[in-house]
Amino acid sequence: MSLSDRLHPGINLAGTDPESHEAAEEVLFGFWIFLMSDLVLFAVLFATYAAMSVQGIAAGPGPAEVFDLTAAFLETLLLLLSSFAFGFALLAMKYRENRRSVLAWLLVTGILGLAFVGMELHDYYVMVTAHGATPQVSGFLSAYYLLTGTHALHVSSGLVWMAIMAIQVAMFGFDKRVKLRLMRLALFWHMLDVVWIGIFTFVYLFGVTS
Amino acid sequence: MSNRVPADIVPGAYAEERRERLSYVIGLVLALALTAGAFAVVGLGLLSGGAALAVLGLLAFIQAVVHLRFFLHIDLERSHRDDLMLILFTVLILLIMVSGTVWILYDQHVRMMP
Repeated sequence: MSLSDRLHPGINLAGTDPESHEAAEEVLFGFWIFLMSDLVLFAVLFATYAAMSVQGIAAGPGPAEVFDLTAAFLETLLLLLSSFAFGFALLAMKYRENRRSVLAWLLVTGILGLAFVGMELHDYYVMVTAHGATPQVSGFLSAYYLLTGTHALHVSSGLVWMAIMAIQVAMFGFDKRVKLRLMRLALFWHMLDVVWIGIFTFVYLFGVTS
Repeated sequence: MSNRVPADIVPGAYAEERRERLSYVIGLVLALALTAGAFAVVGLGLLSGGAALAVLGLLAFIQAVVHLRFFLHIDLERSHRDDLMLILFTVLILLIMVSGTVWILYDQHVRMMP
């Protein structure tokens, strides 16, 4: 099998580990189906938010009053760099099978992800304390907390998964199963960054513009 | 078992690794530029109203494609069209659901107005 034989999206292991590469096609395609169903969940939340943010403000504060664009920009950078760092973790796994470098990249990814979740919680705190913008004030705020909260919950569960994978890498090394799990986690992590593009554009930037 | 010695790696793997790293770096640079552009449109007030919304939507679409291409490695290569089909079909379903929801709820909203 040559280095360029690709069976599935994402990092392919052809060339460096043909056995895992053969096994990857099926499980990764299955994981893509999960990701797409997860995307459907987010799409429904986006649709609800789109309707609520225009027609459901009630007597509460509007998007432009409660959103902090600087914080949203920093959160975007944190998640983007985190996604990028995970890519390098996978490349270290593929080409070097070096536990230390993979763990180091996973640590960078995890810290950036944790900082992202921390900043979002801080955003919520500021919104609630400075603007009294709690979820029960209006349909807009309910939909906002539901959409961004679901995303933050996904990122948090990704962080738990990442911690478990770090332990597995440290304990079992680069077993076939460990590799395939890391590859699926990478897809999950990159997909959450794609969903965040939608959130920063359609929630934060649209909210402040209109 | 782990910590493979470099000799074990297929010849050409290092060049391949450099190429794949470069792909991630290109993706990062493009994503940063698009993000900065989107925030600049609003932060610096370059555009307003419908034009701003259209440009923001376009930038988001391009950035999603950049992420899919450089981070998730989806492309038009024949070997994994199945995944592309899956994504395109999901996107079609999403568009129907989202636009339908927004349309119906807007219509209801208009009818509810006194």
